[in-house]
Amino acid sequence: MASIQDSAPDAAHVAPAVSTPALMRLALVATGLVVAFGVVPAYATDYWLSSIIIPTIVMGLAGISLNLLQGYAGLVSLGSAAFMSVGVFSAYNLILRAPDLPLPGVFVLAGLIAAAVGVVFGLPALRIKGFYLAASTLGAQFFFQWLFTNYPWFSNNSQSLTISAPRLEFLGYDLQSPHGRYLLVVSVTALLIGLAFLVVRSRLGREWMAIRDMETAASVLGIRVARRKLEAYAVSSFFLGITGVLWGFAYLGTADAHTYNLDKSFQILFIVLIGGTATIFGNFLGAAFIVLTPIVLDHLVLASNVAYLSDQGAITNLQRVIFGAIIIFILIKEPDGLSAWIRRGVEAIRGRLAS
Amino acid sequence: MAALLELHDVSLSFRGVTAIDALSFSVEQGSICALIGPNGAGKSSLLNVINGVYRADSGDIVFDGVRFEAIRPGKAARLGIGRTFQHNALFRRLSVRENVLAGLSRLGQASFIETIFRVGRDAAERRTFAARADRVIAFLGLEAHRDRIVSTLPYGVQKRVDLARALVSEPKLLLLDEPMAGMNQDEKAEMSRIISEVNRTFGTTIVLIEHDVGIVLGLARHIVVLDYGRKVADGAPDQVRDDPEVIAAYLGTVH
Repeated sequence: MASIQDSAPDAAHVAPAVSTPALMRLALVATGLVVAFGVVPAYATDYWLSSIIIPTIVMGLAGISLNLLQGYAGLVSLGSAAFMSVGVFSAYNLILRAPDLPLPGVFVLAGLIAAAVGVVFGLPALRIKGFYLAASTLGAQFFFQWLFTNYPWFSNNSQSLTISAPRLEFLGYDLQSPHGRYLLVVSVTALLIGLAFLVVRSRLGREWMAIRDMETAASVLGIRVARRKLEAYAVSSFFLGITGVLWGFAYLGTADAHTYNLDKSFQILFIVLIGGTATIFGNFLGAAFIVLTPIVLDHLVLASNVAYLSDQGAITNLQRVIFGAIIIFILIKEPDGLSAWIRRGVEAIRGRLAS
Repeated sequence: MAALLELHDVSLSFRGVTAIDALSFSVEQGSICALIGPNGAGKSSLLNVINGVYRADSGDIVFDGVRFEAIRPGKAARLGIGRTFQHNALFRRLSVRENVLAGLSRLGQASFIETIFRVGRDAAERRTFAARADRVIAFLGLEAHRDRIVSTLPYGVQKRVDLARALVSEPKLLLLDEPMAGMNQDEKAEMSRIISEVNRTFGTTIVLIEHDVGIVLGLARHIVVLDYGRKVADGAPDQVRDDPEVIAAYLGTVH
């Protein structure tokens, strides 16, 4: 941030109050908001909104959540989907049991409950690292799937153990239509992206990265390593909790414990690996890849019209093989993830502006 | 002058192998003390005991009037013990400035919420941290590298960043583990000049490990010679240089 409160003598020879990068950043944010709130809702069809844009944005948000933990704080988790399920079941029960609570309150409280759960399941990080820590976070995955299938109280004693999205409205606006759900998703996402930037550019974010890069040096400098690690699980799980609510209520419409299974956790991990670690916007590239590739493969298979592919099982297996191959190809070609594209693009634009 | 750091009968062993054997010495406030001795003499282990990375088997340490047997690294930092590392221990994906700012962590007052939302104590903290980091960066001549990612910098510059990161919070005691390792003569002379300037300007007490005896004799006011974890000699440079035991244990051997 360019500081306006610089002391007077400095301000005299620092000519523009707002620097060029700050102006560029402002322009980018403005463009992003116009596209997100103006262009997309005006032109996108219901099919595009419901089946492609909403899931891509929500999965991108899930990627951001895990990236805060993994890319910035250097910790690991294979239980991301579990924290999403804590979010959605919390939100469902909050709406059910405290009907007067406005929607933003529901989101924040659901996030906070997920954050508290995240701290508990982050405790092993104080003792173990890497692969062993990853394995211990699987505990969250299995525990919550068990909890939500065995205690029907969480789904209001529904026979199917499934919860359905409540009527979504805010300040009298009905958010049930694809456009309404899109606006809900994109508003929450914009706020959380802003929050993510605040976090990674604070002392907290810096200390996370210090711990990630060299934990011994971090502790020797007086960084409170244990507390920072738990805070990383809290912040990441707060984001995941809210993401879970969006996935259940704004995308699927219904949810149960199996919606948020280990497959989902791995998808989120792939988003981070494909999108790139320690990036915010890269996660949306990763999410777009995860959401779009199966759809594109579907269309290709249908178009190719090969006889033996009439077997649905063969098609699904073939898709998985191709999908996996593409992931491996990307990870070899772009080990820093697709966010390297963004970085190169920005540098190219900057270079052209400078010349 | 009063002692800032005193060690009493400190011993340390790794799985029965003695690294430090009932070692006692003290470092005066405001002095530069050099630890010398052959590889494996226990010098780095000793620094690790002083700032809590290792826990001594026995003995105790008095720092700035506080007596402890074992201390956690974070507590040592908050008491005012700073430290650089023999092997590169910088935050390699952060810029020079961010590394130096991280060195101020022990002074951070703003809470979790304050620092994220930039409210309360955070604004003042950001300002003072930025000013202090910039001052140290200028003091160590790192302005040109300020926004570079440290892993892309030459080795000698990285060593200076390590020093800047330790120095920025103005510790009372600075432990330097081979600050000149791998440097050529010019770089060593420059680093030596910087260290004595730090000592003079900030009044920082310095304990350093260095193999180059020529540099040590010129820089330190007090030398402790270690061999196999025991103290062989302890005193002013002139005294130590002429000590027959030192010549036998260290100066006589080739390194």
